[in-house]
Amino acid sequence: MKMTGAQAIVASLEKEGVELIFGYPGGQVLPLYDALYDCKLRHVLTRHEQGAAHAADGYARATGKVGVCFATSGPGATNLITGIATAYMDSVPMVCITGQVPLSVIGKDSFQEADITGITAPITKHNYLVKNANDLPRVIKEAFFIARTGRPGPVVIDVPKCLMTTTIDFDYPETVRLRGYKPQAEGKAEEVEAVVQALAEAKKPLFFIGGGVITAEAAPLLRRLAETQQIPLISTLMGLGAIPATDPLFLGMVGMHGTVAANRAVMECDLLVGVGVRFDDRVTGLLARFASNARVVHFDIDRAEVNKNVVADLAVVGDLRWSLAALEAAMADFAKAGGPSRWEDWRCQVSRWSQEAPLGYQKSDEVIKPQSVIEEIDRQTKSDAVIVTDVGQHQMWAAQYYRYQRPRRLITSGGLGTMGYGLPAAIGAQMGKPEEQVVLISGDGSFLMNCQELATAVEHRLPLKVAILNNKVLGMVRQWQKLFFNQRYSYTTFANGGTDYVRLAEAFGATGLRAERPEEMPQVIAKALATEGPVVMDIRVCCDENVLPMVPAGAPLDQMINGEVK
Amino acid sequence: MRHTLAVLVENRPGVLVHIAGLIARRAFNIESITAGYTEQADVTRITIVVEGDNRNLEQVVNQLSKLVDVIKIVELTAEPSIERELALIKVKARPETRSDIVDIVEIFRAKIVDVNRETMVIELTGEETKIDALCEVLADHGIVEMVRTGKLALSRKPGAAKDSE
Ligand SMILES: Cc1ncc(C[n+]2csc(CCOP(=O)(O)OP(=O)(O)O)c2C)c(N)n1
Repeated sequence: MKMTGAQAIVASLEKEGVELIFGYPGGQVLPLYDALYDCKLRHVLTRHEQGAAHAADGYARATGKVGVCFATSGPGATNLITGIATAYMDSVPMVCITGQVPLSVIGKDSFQEADITGITAPITKHNYLVKNANDLPRVIKEAFFIARTGRPGPVVIDVPKCLMTTTIDFDYPETVRLRGYKPQAEGKAEEVEAVVQALAEAKKPLFFIGGGVITAEAAPLLRRLAETQQIPLISTLMGLGAIPATDPLFLGMVGMHGTVAANRAVMECDLLVGVGVRFDDRVTGLLARFASNARVVHFDIDRAEVNKNVVADLAVVGDLRWSLAALEAAMADFAKAGGPSRWEDWRCQVSRWSQEAPLGYQKSDEVIKPQSVIEEIDRQTKSDAVIVTDVGQHQMWAAQYYRYQRPRRLITSGGLGTMGYGLPAAIGAQMGKPEEQVVLISGDGSFLMNCQELATAVEHRLPLKVAILNNKVLGMVRQWQKLFFNQRYSYTTFANGGTDYVRLAEAFGATGLRAERPEEMPQVIAKALATEGPVVMDIRVCCDENVLPMVPAGAPLDQMINGEVK
Repeated sequence: MRHTLAVLVENRPGVLVHIAGLIARRAFNIESITAGYTEQADVTRITIVVEGDNRNLEQVVNQLSKLVDVIKIVELTAEPSIERELALIKVKARPETRSDIVDIVEIFRAKIVDVNRETMVIELTGEETKIDALCEVLADHGIVEMVRTGKLALSRKPGAAKDSE
């Protein structure tokens, strides 16, 4: 069928089952936007390209589908960068289509030209500068295939404007042929056998789970395996929700702001089974002391993760749905023969740690404690909302005090730690999951970074609720200044008491609510949840609270500030 | 330790930059990198020499393998292979020293590819150590300028890199 390049892009996206695109137009993508006018694809106009990228990312994390965003060339495309890097660090499937100046003027520093494939090379799984309009369908087919298979990630397609108006014969390919890219779902049976052997020899085994478990949709498998084998589990920030927070075998989050039980378990286990984790430094603390009594097993789909940070004694490379199923099958007899009962002492020990040193904070009737806000949101949403966060103290409290029951219930920038991620990601998540309650937990600093997206939320009347834990400071940075810089609070306090978020919300056409006293807070949350459309809660919390426990950066996991076992 | 890698990649613009960038970004040291066409028009072969221990090497190979444009990577350090480098060396050559230089060139089985009143250009292909040795001897005469390609390597086994496991 004859059509223009722009129409071919639209037709290709339809073939890929895309329903929603987030984007922002401009000169070099105008033909593509023109083609959108005549098609059924839904496009959401964000108020900033960074918002479009984060929204596509939030949509992808909430639904498991590929997020799609558009931007024009030059400044439009460079505004996507933080969003692309965020998605890359957390292995989020995304396809970004950017306009580029016409082929004839590429390389001449033309108006709004930027070398976007060059700029994004280190933060994409793959990228394309398309030079021939006939390649567009194939490139889009490949881009989606690459974004969603293997270890997912963002793919950028840069399309010079002239290709969008060229007429081509549209024929969407059925299959992809990429010599250098053949993601392997299945690994080696011997590798799994070796793990079974190691488990049978272990006295103190521990599952250490990460975001890969959620990405691979392998959480039910893992849960069943842990339950039949009765092996305790700990999780990274990205793995929260893979195992219900209330599961007795689950010891909570590990690492810098992990629980005492999780961190002690790492230090004492004799077999650490990492599943879909990448041993990030926020998790391991001092590498030399991380799990130093343990043999380390690593399950991952990305071979390059094995031995990158922590040297693994055993590794199983492959899709977790394959490898965990293989492990389960291979362990069945062991379970039947009562193998797991050998680990009873270990289980008792770790659950004692959990009971002796639960997460906690000093309660107050005078000021709103930020932790209590999360607990209240947890209570009122029955631990079943989709929680999106920004970055800072509120993010860690949202990780510690909300009791995630299911995968894809916590949407947060883990790897890059991107302030400003929350609001647009929440918009994406809410659009992908219209029937769910999405709650954004943000900080006053983070919220300001992309608050213009309130306009997008209002335009689409999203039932999104935003809780700003307003401490009038850049809380997490202030915490570091307090603990490690002698309380020299250099530029972390917002002058004049900060921004009036109620009026800000109203200016955008959203509802604004405020809670200043502890007794007001539950009602404000209840009212927000009962109010239609986007609601922003300005919750005035005390500014001097620390996220605890805390392992200082670069210290071993058993050096926890305020993490003593009582 | 130094490792020699043969990396077969899709012959696309920017692929060499991408590969070099990835290695540098991951904080590994590139000793030399050369690229050129192969018997297949759409495949470029890049020979990379990197410095590092075995774990570094494993990371380089695994990270490079993730690039969609990388078709295959073979480590040649481990197998018998032919390694060559090409150098062009311009050396000062006054009439009275010229015969000395010619002798040296002969001993090294190098080639004189250009002569003028003050200088000569010598071409030598060989292993890196041989080129180093020639340079050392010629240094006495004064090297004006020099260019080296970096290492190329080919396995001596009957098969091709593209077929190997
Ligand atoms: C884009 C970006 N800039 C800077 C930082 C560094 N940073 C990490 S946490 C933080 C403070 C966050 O403040 P706020 O959003 O108010 O949350 P709080 O810690 O007070 O809960 C800063 C500045 C970052 N993570 N991201």
